[in-house]
Amino acid sequence: MINFILNDLNISTDLPPTIVLLDFIRKEKMLTGTKEGCREGDCGACTVLLGELVKGTVKYKSVNSCLMPLGDASGKHVVTVEGINQKELSPVQATMVDEGGTQCGFCTPGFVVSMTGYFLNCSNLNTDDAIESLGGNICRCTGYGGIKRAASDSISIFENGKSDNGNHLENLISLKFIPDYFRGIKKRLEKISTNHKSVEKKSNVIISGGTDLYVQRWESLVGSKGNLISQNKKLSGISRIGKQINIGSAATIEEIKTSKLLQKYFPKWNNYLDLFGSLPIRNRATIGGNIVNASPIGDMVNILLALNSTVHLKDGKKKRSILLKNFYKGYKSLDKKKNEIVDKITFLTPSKNSLFNFEKISKRTYLDIASVNSSVYAESKSGKISNIHISAGGVAPIPLYLNNTCNYLKNKTIDTETIRNAAEISLKEISPISDARGSAEYKSLLLRQLFYAHFIKLFPQLVDPEKLL
Amino acid sequence: MRNVDSTRHVCGQSLFVDDIVSPQGTLYGYVFYSSIAHGKILSIDFEEALSVQGVKGIISAKDIPGENQIGGIVQDEDLFAEETVHFIGHPIALVIAETFLQAHDAAKKIKCVFEKLPAVFDPREAAKKGDLIIPPRIFELGNINKAWGKCDYIFEGTVENGGQEHLYLETQATFAFPAEGGGIKIISSTQGPTTVQRTAARVLDLPMHKIEVDVTRLGGGFGGKEDQATAWAIMAALAALKLNKPVKIILPRQEDIRITGKRHPYSSDFKIGLTKKGKILAYEVTYYQNAGAAADLSPAILDRTLFHCTNSYFIPNVKATALSCKTNLTPFTAFRGFGGPQGMFVIESAIYKAAKGLGLDPSEIQKINLLNEGNEFPYGQKTLNCNIGNCFAGVEDKYKPKEVFDRIRGFNSKNKLVKKGAAIMPVTFGISFTTTFLNQASALLHIYTDGSVSISSAAIEMGQGVNEKLRNIAANELSINIERIRIDSTNTSRVSNTSATAASKGTDLNGFAVIDACKILTERLKKIAADELKLNKISRIKLKDEIIYYKDTKTALTFTRLVNIAYQKRISLTAQAHHSTPDIYFNTKTNKGKPFAYHSYGVGLVEVTLDCLRGIYEVDSVKVVHDFGDTINRTIDLGQAEGGIVQGIGWMTMEELKWNSEGKLLTDALSTYKIPDIHAVPKEMKIHFLENASNPFGPNKSKAIGEPPLMYGIGVYFALMNAMKAFKPNLEINFSAPLTPEKVLLTLYNTPKHQEKG
Repeated sequence: MINFILNDLNISTDLPPTIVLLDFIRKEKMLTGTKEGCREGDCGACTVLLGELVKGTVKYKSVNSCLMPLGDASGKHVVTVEGINQKELSPVQATMVDEGGTQCGFCTPGFVVSMTGYFLNCSNLNTDDAIESLGGNICRCTGYGGIKRAASDSISIFENGKSDNGNHLENLISLKFIPDYFRGIKKRLEKISTNHKSVEKKSNVIISGGTDLYVQRWESLVGSKGNLISQNKKLSGISRIGKQINIGSAATIEEIKTSKLLQKYFPKWNNYLDLFGSLPIRNRATIGGNIVNASPIGDMVNILLALNSTVHLKDGKKKRSILLKNFYKGYKSLDKKKNEIVDKITFLTPSKNSLFNFEKISKRTYLDIASVNSSVYAESKSGKISNIHISAGGVAPIPLYLNNTCNYLKNKTIDTETIRNAAEISLKEISPISDARGSAEYKSLLLRQLFYAHFIKLFPQLVDPEKLL
Repeated sequence: MRNVDSTRHVCGQSLFVDDIVSPQGTLYGYVFYSSIAHGKILSIDFEEALSVQGVKGIISAKDIPGENQIGGIVQDEDLFAEETVHFIGHPIALVIAETFLQAHDAAKKIKCVFEKLPAVFDPREAAKKGDLIIPPRIFELGNINKAWGKCDYIFEGTVENGGQEHLYLETQATFAFPAEGGGIKIISSTQGPTTVQRTAARVLDLPMHKIEVDVTRLGGGFGGKEDQATAWAIMAALAALKLNKPVKIILPRQEDIRITGKRHPYSSDFKIGLTKKGKILAYEVTYYQNAGAAADLSPAILDRTLFHCTNSYFIPNVKATALSCKTNLTPFTAFRGFGGPQGMFVIESAIYKAAKGLGLDPSEIQKINLLNEGNEFPYGQKTLNCNIGNCFAGVEDKYKPKEVFDRIRGFNSKNKLVKKGAAIMPVTFGISFTTTFLNQASALLHIYTDGSVSISSAAIEMGQGVNEKLRNIAANELSINIERIRIDSTNTSRVSNTSATAASKGTDLNGFAVIDACKILTERLKKIAADELKLNKISRIKLKDEIIYYKDTKTALTFTRLVNIAYQKRISLTAQAHHSTPDIYFNTKTNKGKPFAYHSYGVGLVEVTLDCLRGIYEVDSVKVVHDFGDTINRTIDLGQAEGGIVQGIGWMTMEELKWNSEGKLLTDALSTYKIPDIHAVPKEMKIHFLENASNPFGPNKSKAIGEPPLMYGIGVYFALMNAMKAFKPNLEINFSAPLTPEKVLLTLYNTPKHQEKG
């Protein structure tokens, strides 16, 4: 049995854990406010909120219900637009109407849910962050003008109406952002049994966040015996032990993005990961999934390659480790046995004299897959490189570590000529193909430009862009 | 009062086709289609597919009782391919099963053997072979041959524009129910219920009265459901009749993108002649429209390209030739602007090239050639109440383009790797179906005894707010509380022989019909009021705010009371009215006439920032002065303007349809076909409603708004060109939209191999 709360209703279902939450909501529960727009997590019409008990409070996050296995709802509070509806429109709903934030209405419930999720999650409100939380929702009608105004108006309503001594949840309830049943959710979640059988002994597929697997092969996953690992606490967590950073394979990209530990070492960390998918995708996608998915343009993998990370695999009690740059054998082919799963990924904390940069170019800046991405980690002393790792995505069948380029740069002093030579070497290491994300010619040129961008950004005193270009 | 549709939307209570509760026994259809671009079907074997669990049948051409023909303007499109397939996505059969997944699974087990035939994807190649959908169309004004001699400068060039996927959020959807007596009820996400009804009658061999088509709303249309919703509706109807079960077809997103029509890509040649001062004397243009494998609406779209070939300018000598070229791609179709944007992109490109040649800013040429009152378009109509000059002056006054250009020059001289650019985009768009007979609509209005009002019309609500505008119009006309008024679904049994909701004409045509229906009923009610109040001068009786007035004095009679009296007196509380746009005509032999009821005008100023190292860019602002007439609903009109602008920007920048050499669409999912997200839109959008713009030809003096704003997006292309030119002054001027980051980077760093075609 999978037990969870759907809006105000306790659910116990013995349906297969691998069917997607969207189908359960629409077909089993007839809650048709949640829409199917693409089934690939790219439109957000199916967005729902997922509330989870974290350290004694319920934390809500937006997710794409089209890519989430039902089993992962276990023990959680799932909120659809119907679960936000009250006798009168909520401020989010009312401002969406008044500002023209809705036209055809098909994407609208997704926007209402995402925006409500923003208010649930955050008490330090500002319009930019509110808009950022809508990055996973696509609207084809409005041009987003009315939606942005609605976000801004809703914030004003909250700020003007909130009581300073009330807690955030109570403020949201009293201002009708959410119905009052939300008040009781915490206690109800505490009572829900979550020991359903999410791990099938004879599972034929391992499903982590599912944000890519359900895009690739939804039809074959639905109802199959899947081993759902994203809720496995043993695989979660981000920590530092000595000089080593450990990231559990079930850590989500959003957890990694917002990790104070990682932000401390990489000041622009948050900005880099803004470019990864969208908030609802990042809320579900896991680092383990991103690694075994083996996409040549994976963003997280690209960053981890430049951090010279190590992948730790396990099969029951058998464990082994391998450098990430040696993990990929060919297109979607891994040095991983069938029963092995990624346990964690580790890398050394960056040294004091190191610099890091991540570049990603896609047709659309946000919520898009890179045409080319690239990361660099460089340790240097007075312009001389002592240690360097550079990765390049989208230019080879595998996420590429630029071995020859790194070797060339080691012990070199950075100047315009060196960077130009290094870029030329990098272009000999790659084998881009023409596809929907760009021609091979473009990808080569783009890698060169991103390569230049790394060094213009990191060593502005040593590299002259005028001469380089 | 809140927009009632919007209120339902934000609660997730609006019902789209897939939200309707399915009766027990509902079956699901999945379309099996051609995997090659052109070829013969040698054999087809359904046996294995039919054995899949849950499969109830597979229908194909041989199951059609009537004609296997769904072509509208030209009879050249089959519902299911019989012997030959003409594009990847050409439907061959429909698999029907108890669940979607079963049907999907079974379709993969159909064994179809093809023999490939040579395929053509380039419209110029098709034209060379003589593969045209219709004979070439030519619009002429003045004498082009004599004019060239008077020009100081002549510039020539080629312009490519890409297509555009509609990406309505609700994919094509239809639900068909067998009705008694061999009839059928079709619920469809279509802009053209009568098109569905008429075509279904033909394919199913039924009289139209046995086919009821009902449409509550669309999750976006943009032209993509004007003709393209028909095939799925008929397939579902055919299956429902054959199996005697309700049948639902909802195209999965990827199939929808792969197999349905899109905006037409064009390849065009221009020649423009000007005086030293930049006055345009002559313009010659040839458009090669990529029509795809069947006519669909291509001929009408081709005509609108010609109607808008000179955009907002008066050019005394024009020759515009348009060829609709048949290729082995999915039949291209209507998309907001309907060929107009393609025509405008070419003239703006010609002006850009001429300006750079003359050392002028394009806006200088734009300004001195703007249409004036009484100027003649190449199709013979003369401007009336021409507001383009007022809009241009409004932009100069409010947004100070000269100062913007100066500021940008300053910025660019100080920054090496980042450049800014700006451009002005005037838009003049003719309002009416250019096929004159389509300019008609009807409304059916019921007043119930409780005083509530139901209105049915030919208009389809697809997000453009026509329902709310019709409510606004009726509430105003009847002078009653808008809450009393409900707009019912669009239904062919209630309102017959409808034109598709298209051409920005939905509110105009149906609004006038609603006004007429309201007038019929108010006249009837006034007579009764006169009887009741024992007054004889009906002309002095007025209905105002639900109260009956006599000589401007309140009486005790209320609207509801009056309605009840009428009922007691056995007077009909129903009215039907039909409206047709007066005084429009067009001669398709001479290509002269007055095809438009009026024109819509506006001018936009666009500013962009370009990262010249990475080839990526942002739109900083789009600032517009637009002629809305007297707006019926400001929120709706603002939304149409903002939404149109962003769609136009998408078309010009990131929305790229890429096919491989076999004619397979590579950008067939939201992960590869990118439309603007909330971050990609202009950081600032300002829409100013032009003052003193009452339109005598629109309902309540309003103007149509659906399509025109899309074309402001074209300005982004030229703003980007300017930014690129600032980085690379010797930039070779080519025109190829969309201007993706890929094209920008390759152009800036000039790799000679690069010859991308839109």
